[in-house]
Amino acid sequence: MNQSNTLRINTSTLTKSTETNLLEVKNLKKYYPITSGLLRKEIGQVKAVDDISFTLKDGETLGLVGESGCGKSTAGRTILRLMDPTSGSIHFQGKDITKISGGTLRKVRQDMQMVFQDPYASLNPKMMVGHLVSEPIRNYYPNRKENETRSEVMELLNRVGLSEEAYYKYPHEFSGGQRQRIGIARALALRPKLILADEPVSALDVSVQSQVLNLMQDLQQEFKLSYLFIAHNLSVVKHISDRIGVMYLGRLVEITDKKSLYREPLHPYTQALLSTIPVPDPQARFKKERIILQGDVPSPENPPLGCAFHLRCPYVKPVCEQIKPPLKEVSSGHQVACHLYG
Amino acid sequence: MHTQKKEALLEISELEAGFMINKQFYNAVDKVSFKVNPGKVICVVGESGCGKSVMSLSIMGLLPKQVGKVARGTIRFQGRNLTEITNDEYNKIRGKEIGMIFQEPMTALNPVFTIGYQLEEVLFNHLKISKKEARQRSIELLSHVGIPRPEKIVDQFPHQLSGGMRQRVMIAMAISCQPKLLIADEPTTALDVTIQAQILELLRDIQEKSGMAVMLITHDLGVVAEMADEVMVMYAGKIVEQGTADQIFNDPKHPYLQLLLEAIPRLDEEKDRLYSIKGIVPSIVNMPKTGCRFVSRCPKAMPDCSEVSPDMGDVGFEHKVRCLLYPESYPKEVTEASR
Repeated sequence: MNQSNTLRINTSTLTKSTETNLLEVKNLKKYYPITSGLLRKEIGQVKAVDDISFTLKDGETLGLVGESGCGKSTAGRTILRLMDPTSGSIHFQGKDITKISGGTLRKVRQDMQMVFQDPYASLNPKMMVGHLVSEPIRNYYPNRKENETRSEVMELLNRVGLSEEAYYKYPHEFSGGQRQRIGIARALALRPKLILADEPVSALDVSVQSQVLNLMQDLQQEFKLSYLFIAHNLSVVKHISDRIGVMYLGRLVEITDKKSLYREPLHPYTQALLSTIPVPDPQARFKKERIILQGDVPSPENPPLGCAFHLRCPYVKPVCEQIKPPLKEVSSGHQVACHLYG
Repeated sequence: MHTQKKEALLEISELEAGFMINKQFYNAVDKVSFKVNPGKVICVVGESGCGKSVMSLSIMGLLPKQVGKVARGTIRFQGRNLTEITNDEYNKIRGKEIGMIFQEPMTALNPVFTIGYQLEEVLFNHLKISKKEARQRSIELLSHVGIPRPEKIVDQFPHQLSGGMRQRVMIAMAISCQPKLLIADEPTTALDVTIQAQILELLRDIQEKSGMAVMLITHDLGVVAEMADEVMVMYAGKIVEQGTADQIFNDPKHPYLQLLLEAIPRLDEEKDRLYSIKGIVPSIVNMPKTGCRFVSRCPKAMPDCSEVSPDMGDVGFEHKVRCLLYPESYPKEVTEASR
């Protein structure tokens, strides 16, 4: 890729570090204040992300799954510094990016891009596709020649499976799957290291979903990308991820590689989650032992004491109501936050 | 189908329904025929834009009057043709004989009335009961669908409930007059998986106990496998395959269905790459006039496929497919002409 070399003069200095962890998140917390009254007095907090830690290696895909409101999107956005964390630290390529701002943050952002959930809402309908995709390049390299940028963008559009004519079209002329391809091309424009994909295929039909997933896998190989893949669909996450973290009410309850997560899920929540996914096999409904959880996810405004899952857990013990279980390694690379283990 | 002796509860034949777009009428549902037998769960599965919702709205007589209409065909419910009755007559069937659950429970419930008011409204409309009885019955219905503290919830407003609870209220409303047929249009799409499992179990449970027929519309093949006795697969306004759940999943005939099953990531299988179907569903305004509607995306397409419009052909006991790969699907005129 000649063009990518011309684009990034500073990569060589950055990749020199022997860090294998592209991203290191430690004890990350993001609390939203609940305010009330004329003076907006703080009366409480929503613990959207409550003390999560994980690492993401170079070229790896980490999936974050959980039900709506479990804080997976907030975690992703906080890691990209689209929101400021309440506490904790984020290291990206060995550098602490928790507190940086202004020009330093802007520089780091080149290496971390995002693909959004709704391809209808994330593309400006008044902008030509070519301008949408080239905007990051124009923003970071204002002195690049117009025709260079254009040929670069056209190559990108080709790479994500769109024709060159797409450059002169507008988002409404494309279908959902094609729009998501445009979103991916835009995220790739600066040749980032990390792409945060927040529910990238949940708005798409099954037949189109597989096209986009395959494309993301190909691009990962070609551009040496790492993905932080956020989704609620466990089958999709399993397909694309190397490792998977399961979140429940702002906390990471289990994290491991995908094989052991699906073969021997340890946390009762993970077990329930896996057993309730409908499998496209009519025999499965008689074979499968299903754990149907009772009740709803408690509100993060007022989370229960102790383990957040204890109200719905079939194996609840007295200690679960009192003490929050920390995330512990129970076997190599398999971490779980549950009092049943150790 | 013709081997069935008992009377079908709902019988749809040659249904064409669609919309006016730029003063021209386009069929979103094209010559659809099928039967729903009493006490069965029939699933309609297809991608967005395949006409599955338009079909359910046509059955309920709820297509938007200004732009949509049932153009041709009959919808017989218990022997009565629903396309010919007046709106007042329809109102006596809707909610009483046929119940309906919609996808998004928040928009289907009125935010300014209490749960109890909305439940009682259905009961007052269809049954002769007193206010007190209606309230009592509402509370019973709520506890029947697994809502805790029903006597308290009955006085609450929709926004005070979670998504799963709202969908339970919708189900309570739909079954309040013991309908013979329940149409559920994507009832769990807006819900989380653990809640989806609860709702599907509830639906199954109610269906088994009451013996009503359920027509479940969904895009999720997993949900279909979980619930269906019979399955209809729709593509671009037409039924392309129908059969029992076993036939559909273990012996799919239509290339579209075969590929669709390959294209979904599955928990119980390990695949490096997913199969992906090239292209997209043709839009309603430029649907191919002749031939198979899947032809542009089909890897097994033959020259005939863009010329000859396939019929539904029997490929097994109650297993039908619309594809020229199977000689049964060749329309009679064509087979006779070639002789």
